[in-house]
Amino acid sequence: MSLLQVKNLRVEFPTRRGTLVALDDVSFEIAPGEVLGVVGESGAGKSMTGAAIIGLLEPPGRIASGQVLLEGRRIDNLPYEKMRRIRGREIGAIFQDPLTTLNPLYTIGRQLVETITTHLPVGPGEAREKAIGWLELVGIPAARERIDSYPHEFSGGMRQRVVIALALCAEPKLIVADEPTTALDVSIQAQVIAMLKTLAREKGTAMMLVTHDMGVIAETADRVAVMYAGRISEIGPVRELVRHARHPYSQGLMGSIPPLDRRVERLTQIDGAMPRLSAIPRGCAFNPRCPKVFDRCLVERPELLDAGTTRASCWLYAEGGAA
Amino acid sequence: MRAAAGSGATPMLEAQDIARHFDVSKPVLQRLIAREGRRTLRAVDGLSFDIPKGTTLSLVGESGCGKSTVARLVVGLYGTTRGTVLFDGQDLSQARADSTQRSRMQMIFQDPYASLNPRWRVVDIVAEPIRAFGLLKDRKAILARVGELLTQVGLSPLDGQKYPHEFSGGQRQRISIARALSSNPEFLVCDEPTSALDVSVQAQILNLMKELQQRLGLTYLFISHNLAVVRQVSDRIGVMYLGKLVELAPAESLFERPRHPYTRALMEAIPDLEMTGRQRIPVGGEVPSPISPPPGCTFHPRCPLANARCRVEVPVMKPALDAMVACHAVEEGRG
Repeated sequence: MSLLQVKNLRVEFPTRRGTLVALDDVSFEIAPGEVLGVVGESGAGKSMTGAAIIGLLEPPGRIASGQVLLEGRRIDNLPYEKMRRIRGREIGAIFQDPLTTLNPLYTIGRQLVETITTHLPVGPGEAREKAIGWLELVGIPAARERIDSYPHEFSGGMRQRVVIALALCAEPKLIVADEPTTALDVSIQAQVIAMLKTLAREKGTAMMLVTHDMGVIAETADRVAVMYAGRISEIGPVRELVRHARHPYSQGLMGSIPPLDRRVERLTQIDGAMPRLSAIPRGCAFNPRCPKVFDRCLVERPELLDAGTTRASCWLYAEGGAA
Repeated sequence: MRAAAGSGATPMLEAQDIARHFDVSKPVLQRLIAREGRRTLRAVDGLSFDIPKGTTLSLVGESGCGKSTVARLVVGLYGTTRGTVLFDGQDLSQARADSTQRSRMQMIFQDPYASLNPRWRVVDIVAEPIRAFGLLKDRKAILARVGELLTQVGLSPLDGQKYPHEFSGGQRQRISIARALSSNPEFLVCDEPTSALDVSVQAQILNLMKELQQRLGLTYLFISHNLAVVRQVSDRIGVMYLGKLVELAPAESLFERPRHPYTRALMEAIPDLEMTGRQRIPVGGEVPSPISPPPGCTFHPRCPLANARCRVEVPVMKPALDAMVACHAVEEGRG
């Protein structure tokens, strides 16, 4: 059974000028030990999906319909206190900016011990030993001496390791990581990714990895979901999506990534920009920018359809479509 | 390109041993109480390079390596602590004093949200350099020129009447480029022009910059942390580490045969689409503080090839085939 199931999730933001639909009909599953990458341009709804799952949508945003299930139990309609216990114990969260995640007034040891004793049945002494173990595991040198340091005494890369240790220390089943390496330099990013990957594999932790960096996804994820204007436009195994994307948007997105191994005279570009939430076009949201647009795209919204090895929300893959 | 420079053509820009140090000492009283000396941050510490006309030199490196400081030094936003910058053969401080010379260089900044005045209409933003340099006096002529510039960067002349907040990040960067082009510059310094943008928008901007270079014969100094981006735009690439150049080579040569251990480590570290499922060997450690850099070669604490000499002797840039490399190991053939 899937560890996490997201079913037809719809997130709305009521505003004075009407309701904005930030996420529309988003469905996917993550199996235990699996890493699902979520990519897309800024504003596509990747972080919003993560926030909805961990119950931390910024008000006035709210889940309007759909369900989030963790091991078959609904968690989208839990009261705040219950959800708070699930966050940390069963779902760990890693955010982009390691400075805002850590409390600057407490030593990292205190923060780790607090998290461990809150969620696991262990005493403070044992919790401290566990905390040191986690710090060693995420690659903090001399963890025993550094556990009583404050967040500002660490560099950015080290701080992000502490954040990861904090997300992992209650041994959650699922980790929601929102741009965990974006604030880091490339050499540090490599270390952190390698570490996350090893931990996920060794502990059987499932992970939802939200990032705009396809390179990170290609190396870490098992499957990828591409988001566009609040919807999943394509979902499938990472190799398939990188090499043979089916949706015209995914194709454009992959083509626009500058390759490291060669120089191309002109990068593939998708003309135009993603629509604002207040002006999502009728039919397929991608239709104004799509090179393969045809009549049906202008009037009817495509669902996720079978497109060989991936699923794409594109009418090209409908029975009797233009393909 | 080196040949062209050697054959007598004056490079667009020449930096000779430039350095910029910042005083980051605590206030006097605190220093006296703690009995501490002054502390200097050597953001840029002895860089030499030239950029032949019509070509692109890129500087890459991680945050804190001093690449943005170099960008500011070569357009005169910072003064040099040491060394000289020659702009088209003329000392930069003299060139800066002459408005005709000054109008030949422009800069594009990283953050298109911070670099455009939110209270000005786009037409005024783009026209500012035209007015400042007095290139056109007539209001109608200025409007026509702004329309032409906006068209050139893929916007509509009608967009001139809008305010920056009405545009997306990519469109704002196009406005920045239009503004930079408005004084008919020959030399553009681009400080991370695409790193605040989404990848599909980045492709649009990179394509536009290449097109403009071909059409207008521009010379670029391109600053970036992204090696894949740099490969797409550069003729030559300089790799920086802690305020120094460690390798300077023609673009293809750098990617085909990276020589300096740091360059190799950087390339190794980049997640690439083709590496799906591949295990990487990350560089160990982190960039040391530029206030108290390690002695000898500043990369030695992270370098797999470091030996006793690297810990005490600072390596200097030496030719290695078509490149310049500052590394004892490469020089001794240990690499």
